[in-house]
Amino acid sequence: MSGARMHRMLFAAALAALVLGAPHAASAQEAMAKPERQYWSFWGPLGTFDRGQLQRGFKVYREVCAACHGMKLVAFRSLAQPGGPGFTEPQAKTVAAEYQITDGPNDRGEMFQRPGRLSDYILSPDPNEQAARARFNGALPPDLSVIAKARSYETGFPRFIFDAFTQYQEGGVDYIYAYLNGYADPPPNLKVGEGQFYNRYFPGHLTAMRPPLQKDQVEYPDGSPQTPEQYSKDVTAFLMWAAEPHLEARKRIGFQVMIFLLVFAGLMFFVKRRVWSAAH
Amino acid sequence: MSGHSTYRPQSRFMQWFESRLPIGGLVHSSFVAYPTPRNLNYWWTFGGILSFMLAVQIATGVVLVMHYTPTAAQAFDSIEHIMRDVNYGWLLRYLHANGGSMFFLAVYIHMFRGLYYGSYKAPREVLWILGVIIFLLMMVTAFMGYVLPWGQMSFWAATVITNLFSAIPLFGKGVTEWLWGAYAVDQPTLLRFFSLHYLLPFMIVGVVILHIWALHVAGQNNPTGIDVKADKDTLPFTPYATIKDSFILVCFLILLAWFVFYIPNYLGHSDNYIPANPLQTPPHIVPEWYFLPYYAILRAIPSKLGGVFALFASIAVLAFLPWLDTSKVRSARYRPLFRQFFWILVISCIGLGYLGSQPPEGGFVIAARIFTAYYFLFFLVILPLLGLIEKPRPLPTSISEAVLKKPAAAGHKA
Repeated sequence: MSGARMHRMLFAAALAALVLGAPHAASAQEAMAKPERQYWSFWGPLGTFDRGQLQRGFKVYREVCAACHGMKLVAFRSLAQPGGPGFTEPQAKTVAAEYQITDGPNDRGEMFQRPGRLSDYILSPDPNEQAARARFNGALPPDLSVIAKARSYETGFPRFIFDAFTQYQEGGVDYIYAYLNGYADPPPNLKVGEGQFYNRYFPGHLTAMRPPLQKDQVEYPDGSPQTPEQYSKDVTAFLMWAAEPHLEARKRIGFQVMIFLLVFAGLMFFVKRRVWSAAH
Repeated sequence: MSGHSTYRPQSRFMQWFESRLPIGGLVHSSFVAYPTPRNLNYWWTFGGILSFMLAVQIATGVVLVMHYTPTAAQAFDSIEHIMRDVNYGWLLRYLHANGGSMFFLAVYIHMFRGLYYGSYKAPREVLWILGVIIFLLMMVTAFMGYVLPWGQMSFWAATVITNLFSAIPLFGKGVTEWLWGAYAVDQPTLLRFFSLHYLLPFMIVGVVILHIWALHVAGQNNPTGIDVKADKDTLPFTPYATIKDSFILVCFLILLAWFVFYIPNYLGHSDNYIPANPLQTPPHIVPEWYFLPYYAILRAIPSKLGGVFALFASIAVLAFLPWLDTSKVRSARYRPLFRQFFWILVISCIGLGYLGSQPPEGGFVIAARIFTAYYFLFFLVILPLLGLIEKPRPLPTSISEAVLKKPAAAGHKA
């Protein structure tokens, strides 16, 4: 058999296998709904956070999510750092002081409670994992510090290739937003246990988190709509900042680096042409 | 690093120094006067890129270590400390993580270039094998580095990969526990991976020096694959190769910067932002993208021992490449059949990469088996036979002839 014919046969076989294989892939994933892509102010090469949105998002976190979820990697001081929600330092101090922190031991060897300071972290409301699980039927509310980067969804081929060019890094926030708005009535054949809630986007569909956001639950002083959609949008943006507090600096520096490199590459190209012109 | 240097220092001090340690002459003969074939194309610039990336990885890594804590309890949080509190820590970490990926991208291009132009054939066998050793060291280093953040994927990748050794008959369990330093992936495993992740890059530097040494002894291959015969076939390394390599390096840095500044987590897995949990297995354990083809080969074989064997064999076979290829002609330009099989190999490897990212079920497994079979067929059957049956196209008589003929037809090129 000639090499060329053999390779054509192999190629055809490989192609057939790929085509035949595709339906399997689809069936494995059809169970989970795909989150819709949202517009986020922090997308793209010039993306920045919307300070008002981050402040609203923090309010939602503080008044709703914080009842169960901590953010142990996020310090109160960071609320006043550049590129964040834009609180002033006194405001951040006030927020910190609303928390009671266990400190110690003091010089009598006792632990004691004191108001939080800027250097403290946004801890979980539960003292430990076991206490949290006892409170939620054995489920553990995850820490939200990096949750916006710890969640994603399968974008699939060929979309994931385009995503590299369109700078799509919002899989996590799109999923969280969809999840927060994804509660629905379960299909009739699905048995939903106690403390479980049906969600179209949650892997396996049964989540231990009750639908957290209701209309007018959190008061917005800036007049933004007080709807679950707006709440979830704002708190998700806040979670993105919490997961990537230097995102703005990264994109700003990145833009400068890109311009520098492009100009540098252009110059190098012409220098190279000049040097080589003598050789050929 | 070869031949006698024509370097004559100008200053009195350098003359004094050169007669005691002729390092100026070494640099001069290796990176200034060193003759490079004049027809090298841009695929030959990846060696320079790789050297630069190795330096970037070591430089960023050394600083990252100053802020990292290699304990199971604190590793994850210390990475986040780097991301949040260390000055430009996010830049260092994203450079290091994406730099690793770009390192592999460059090395794969470098290897396929060597394969396409027959750069592994005599007299460059040792050069090629040193390259395979570097590649192997890179894989081990990258794998151990991926474990250090101690996220879910770190932990479970470490578990899956170390468990491969449990497939060894009789000694499997003992070897695996010896690697772990415990009865599962745990604190001792993290610490030894950390230690080795710091050590191995310097071993890579050592083998890279040997690799470059061997290169400068044998001389570079070139797109025609024919030997350098006269001085007019070559150009001095400086300024010609230096400027060309620098230009392409800046272009490569644009690619790296795109990932680092705009899509730093595109190549990573979101599960690795979840702290390691030995009690909870992620639904799909996948390695970093550059290991996906090997992962697909591993899972394509229905037996565990067989899969592990195929995985290691897929890399080991590269070391035998100089003797598996029986053709006397180096460059694929003059090997019409080889060229076709080569591109099917490229497609197979990319296909295996995709399949490695998919669950091992149904048609994916069948496709992975076909691609795996082709991978081994290519090296073990096709290459040895091809040299015997293929009719190569006529070779040009010299490099300069090949170059000087071309501009008339293809216009000004490179």
